[in-house]
Order: sequence, then structure tokens, then C-alpha cells
Amino acid sequence: MIPGSFEYHRPSSVQEAIGLLAKLGDDGRAIAGGHTLIPMMKLRLATPAHLVDLSGIADLKGIRADGSDIVIGAMTTQHELIGSDLLASNIPILRETSLQVADPQVRYVGTLGGNVANGDPGNDMPAVMMCLGASYHVMGKGGERRVAAREFYQGAYFTALEDGDVLTAIRIPVPPAGHGYAYEKLKRKIGDYATAAAAVVLTMSGGKVADCSIGLTNVAETPLWAEEAAKILNGSSLDAATVKRAVAAAEAITAPAADARGPAAYRTKMAGVMLARALARAKSKARG
Amino acid sequence: MAKSQVAMKVNGKTVEALVEPRTLLIHFLREQLSLTGPHIGCETSHCGACTVDLDGKSVKSCTMFAVQANGADIRTIEGMANADGTLHPLQEGFREMHGLQCGFCTPGMIMRAYRLLQENKNPSEEEIRFGIAGNLCRCTGYQNIVKAIQYAAAKLNGVPFQEAAE
Repeated sequence: MIPGSFEYHRPSSVQEAIGLLAKLGDDGRAIAGGHTLIPMMKLRLATPAHLVDLSGIADLKGIRADGSDIVIGAMTTQHELIGSDLLASNIPILRETSLQVADPQVRYVGTLGGNVANGDPGNDMPAVMMCLGASYHVMGKGGERRVAAREFYQGAYFTALEDGDVLTAIRIPVPPAGHGYAYEKLKRKIGDYATAAAAVVLTMSGGKVADCSIGLTNVAETPLWAEEAAKILNGSSLDAATVKRAVAAAEAITAPAADARGPAAYRTKMAGVMLARALARAKSKARG
Repeated sequence: MAKSQVAMKVNGKTVEALVEPRTLLIHFLREQLSLTGPHIGCETSHCGACTVDLDGKSVKSCTMFAVQANGADIRTIEGMANADGTLHPLQEGFREMHGLQCGFCTPGMIMRAYRLLQENKNPSEEEIRFGIAGNLCRCTGYQNIVKAIQYAAAKLNGVPFQEAAE
């Protein structure tokens, strides 16, 4: 399978990339790790006339602390997330999630920015970013703006990005020390997208949930932030009855497609199972 | 479409060539450099038969354009044996432990195992299985591939290889 012809550009700055994308309009497409876009190009589902490769832009790489946030350059690979001591000690759910993304070869090349930006509901990181309350730095013709992950996803492959925008970084508020976390993903085999998955970050105080956030992957056209389910859990000891009510609230907001991963009702149920497991594991890791 | 000039190091040798931007790295290696060790399997970045080592990473060369590898340092299965023709410990391990039957997945499997052992000199069986999860084999059931990698790890570490009890 050979993609259609295109012209290749490798800008060395964000400004240059934005200028190119603005000039090229619909004919141009940014490429990060390319592990979604290149297969789509090989299948001729995508036929950009120009590819703007972001891999030569040093400013898009790296992981740094910024006050109470951690800022991750969009071109940081999954492999680099897994190897980061800063993330392992501050936001360990990222390492846990990255290890469940695709396979080793894909993780060496696939980027966090690409994973969150392209709007594929099967990608794992968007729900985790909604769960963590992350925001995305977006550079475009009008300068830089920040978009909350919880407001970024509009439909399958539709996001708040406009033509000519480049998502440059992901900003994540560091959860409180002693928080519990888990990313539970049901998949048919390693490398598969989730049949359903749930991300949980919670803090406990005196045996009760002080704060809780939940994201769900691949059970709707967009990743989901299960706000109601989390509200039900706040103040509880995660007793069976409350968890059951929260799981029902989370299942109620899903609208999965029926596909090779199973019928819609099954995938909704599995989202609930993943949530219950993630809650139990997050609780076991939380202090307080 | 205008061709682009690329230069990269492949198995220690510098190569320069003109490529169309849409030329995938696997096609460049196989058709322009005649390195047919990396195989074309699924073409959708699942099977790992096209795996090569690129700048210290295992990559699927069917999911990268040759222009993206401009300036890179690449190693393929052709670059694994020593100059005198003796085999790399991984190649020897696959032979000794019957780590292949049809052999289609083997070049990708060995190149992935090469990087795995660079990063983890003494992996557990579980770490080996997780580490080669991006490479599919339809013959062996993986048992002997795991043994072959354990054999190579032992040899590279200079310790005798102890086959685990069945």
C-alpha cells in the first residue's frame, strides 16, 4: 500500500509550521508520530497534498514542571512518557496508560500530542487528560490560546482545533500527593484499541473520597468525562452500593458503536466494569 | 512530484539517494538499497515484520517515510552478523533454540529483541513477552522465541544459559 503523492515540509519552528499550514489551508496536514495518519494515507482515507512534519521543532519536545503544573511538549513520545522520572513521581497514571497504548515500536514514535489532538475516540490519552483536568496549548494565526481537554472533543475526529492550528503542549495540574489512580483498559489483544476503558484519579481523606475524577475511553464519539458519576462518589467510602450507583451513572452517558469489539450494550457494560475495577485499584493506592 | 535528497547511515555505511516523499522507509530499504531482510507483512503497523533499529529505537519501517529518516542511523538484520560471518548472539539463539519455523517474522523479531536487550540486559520472561508484543509470529507460539532471546541475553552477559524447566 503506497500513499498518494504529497510534498514534504519539515519546519524548524512553531511559527514556521503555523505559517505553512495557514498558507496551505485544506491541502496541508501536520504530522506528528504519524502512526494514525500514515496508515490512513496508505489506505487513501487521507490524501494531503502537503505534509508538515513537526518532528524538527525542538520547542515541541520535553517534559517540565511549571509551578503546580507539568507541561509536556506535544512531540514527546509515549516511550519518553514511560521513561520520565518527573511523571512517574508526580502523575503516575500517565506511565500506566502509556504502557497500555499500542506496542513498543509504536510507543517509540507515537506522540502524546498526536494522541490527544487527532480526535480518534479510540485513543487512550484524551480520557486521561479529561480526568486530570489538563489543558492544551494551541498556537494559531491569532497567537496562543489554551483549551481545556474537557471542552476540546466535539465528535469523532472533530476537535476545537481550527485549520492552521498546532497543539504545542499539554498542561496538567499535578494531582495532590497521596492520590490514587488507575487506568483500566479492556482490549482483545496487545496493540488493540479499548473495547472500553476507564481512568480514575481520586484523593481520600479519613477513609472517604475527598475528590474524584473519571474519564472513559472509546464508548462514545468522543472521550467522556463522567462528572455525575464522580459527584456520586464524593464523600463516600466507595462502598458497594455507592459504587454501583456511580457505575450506573457512568454507563448512562455512554453511546458506543457496535463493532468488532462487541455490541453496544456489551461495551457499555464493560465501561462500567472497567470503572469499578479502576475505582478499587485507585482506592488501594490512595493514602488518607 | 519533486524528489527529495536523503542521506542516512544504514548498517554502518552512509547512503545518499533521491526519494519521493511518499516512499515508505521499508520500500526504500528493500527496493533502493536491496536490503530485503526487513519484511512487508501487514502494512498496517501491527505485525512488526518490518521492524528496524533507528537512532536507538525499534520502529516499524512500513509506517515511516524515508524522508523522515533523513540523517538517521539505521540497523537492519543484514547488519547483525559480524564481519567474519559469525552470527550475533541473537541470531545464534534463534538457531539454537529453534526460534523460527517459516522465518518470516524473524528479521523483525531479532531487531526488536536487539533493542530490548540494549535497554534491559537481563529481562524476565514476562518482560521479554511484553517487549516483543509488537511482533507477531504465526508459527512458533512464541515459546522458542522467548528462549532464543534468553539464550542471547545469557551469552551477551557472559553467563551460561539455563533453560527453564518445562
